[in-house]
Amino acid sequence: MQFGVFSVSDVTIDPTTGRTPSEAQRIKDVVTIAKKAEEVGLDVFALGEHHNPPFFSSSPTTTLGYIAGQTERLQLSTATTLITTNDPVKIAEDFAMLQHLAGGRVDLMMGRGNTGPVYPWFGKDIRDGIPLAIENYALLRRLWDEDVVDWEGRFRTPLRGFTATPRPLDGVAPFVWHGSIRSPEIAEQAAYYGDGFFHNHIFWPAEHTKRMVEFYRRRFEHYGHGAADQAIVGLGGQVFMRKNSQDAVSEFRPYFDNAPVYGHGPSLEDFSRETPLTVGSPQQVIERTLGFRDYVGDYQRQLFLVDHAGLPLKTVLEQLDILGEEVVPVLRKEFAALKPAHVPDAPTHESLVAARGAKDSTVYAPADDVTGQAPEEAA
Amino acid sequence: MEKRRIAVVSAGLSVPSSTRLLADRLTTATVAALRRRGVEAEVEVVELREYARDLADNLVTGFANADLRPALDAVTGADGIIAVTPIFSASYSGLFKTFFDVVDKDALTGKPVLMGATAGTARHSLALEHAMRPLFAYLRTVVTPTAVFAASEDWGGAGEASHGLASRIERAAEELAELVAARPATRAADPFADAPSFEALLGGVGTAAVG
Repeated sequence: MQFGVFSVSDVTIDPTTGRTPSEAQRIKDVVTIAKKAEEVGLDVFALGEHHNPPFFSSSPTTTLGYIAGQTERLQLSTATTLITTNDPVKIAEDFAMLQHLAGGRVDLMMGRGNTGPVYPWFGKDIRDGIPLAIENYALLRRLWDEDVVDWEGRFRTPLRGFTATPRPLDGVAPFVWHGSIRSPEIAEQAAYYGDGFFHNHIFWPAEHTKRMVEFYRRRFEHYGHGAADQAIVGLGGQVFMRKNSQDAVSEFRPYFDNAPVYGHGPSLEDFSRETPLTVGSPQQVIERTLGFRDYVGDYQRQLFLVDHAGLPLKTVLEQLDILGEEVVPVLRKEFAALKPAHVPDAPTHESLVAARGAKDSTVYAPADDVTGQAPEEAA
Repeated sequence: MEKRRIAVVSAGLSVPSSTRLLADRLTTATVAALRRRGVEAEVEVVELREYARDLADNLVTGFANADLRPALDAVTGADGIIAVTPIFSASYSGLFKTFFDVVDKDALTGKPVLMGATAGTARHSLALEHAMRPLFAYLRTVVTPTAVFAASEDWGGAGEASHGLASRIERAAEELAELVAARPATRAADPFADAPSFEALLGGVGTAAVG
């Protein structure tokens, strides 16, 4: 099982000091956090994509490429990549590029994005959210899986004889997760392709997560990718830990109470009861997290949100230390002991290459590629 | 005997409230009118005052907590709705609006609704028509032609005022019962069972590109 952290990249005032970090500071900090994640033995770092303040992460592959250059083992992912408003051609190119530079340590998570104005800023309509996610991903798959693509759809200009470069590393596209909180259509999409399904598992009651994952597993089996319990499931989660649980609660409370997403609403105690949020001792986090398996089954990836709502870098790094030293080693052991042998691990570049075989998939242009002459003209 | 479920939403703030009093009168008359049509009504009353904080939390978090969910389910799963609010500042109360704001906007489509409102004087009565009826039209419900307004004076004394209220309640209840009895019982919506298959979602995406 993979464990990691994911960041939404918010630039938020620290309510206990009144200080708001600059973008420059937060961008440096997120690199520090990713490197720390590897150092403490976590497996995955995932970064969100946003196109409006207070978020800085408009260009995740740039950040992940930089992190890739400074890490050795860490799997790099997104949470999420906007499949609705990005051109699927650019997603195909950016992530294949990142895949090569990172030596295959790359996967990505598709999401629709729920910020209304982002759609028109990119020439799209939020009411087309689901059709955009369906069509754009269908094209993205073909751009990675086929060397030369002819395409005509509803949402982008047609393609004739198009090759997305670079071709995926070893001819194997990065593994894809699909993230959705409440749309069965997206769980259906993940199941259809045999891709992973990720539930954010932070903002809503666990009951929603359970129903979405159950549906995804059932449809994964329906489409012939394996048994329902072999489907690839990832969960988010939100934790704050101190040795004594009361210290964790009192330190986290001002951040919770003022958090942009849920602040000024329910109490920390109410929200902890209603959602998977766990604020307490490492042991409490271990027990709660092991309990996720009771309602989603054996799953492959657990990502924690630890860097948000104005928490200072020092605190975030301390949280990573606790995760790496006290929580994740126990979770690894306990989850592994419970998992039956026929349940697969999350796919990695190595496992996909082992399953499909590696090939150099470079498409060598027949014509003079220095002048940019198209193959048709040269023929 | 056939069965139908009636959900009563009452947004009165005082206990007891004249809003609840009107809701109860409308409910009793509706149950009797349904029985005359051979339909047994099961009634569930949602007093919004009890959910004031839960509703505010739902606005902030985007989900209904465990206390609020049964109240929402009662209304979205009902075969008919009796909705009664006090009139504040020329319209339904904020609490009443908040409740219908957090109900899924498609969950009430086609449901029969009987509207009621209360206020200190009859001069507020048209708020039912200019504010409340458009709300239920937006939710694509089927609203009875008669909406019932009760001013303080309607509750007292003899003569025209109280007699008029009783006959309006009776007429509105008959209209609601007629609509509820005529429709099949509501089936609980299941977003997973109702989800389209991927082939349907995909439509013929990208297949026109050959050549």
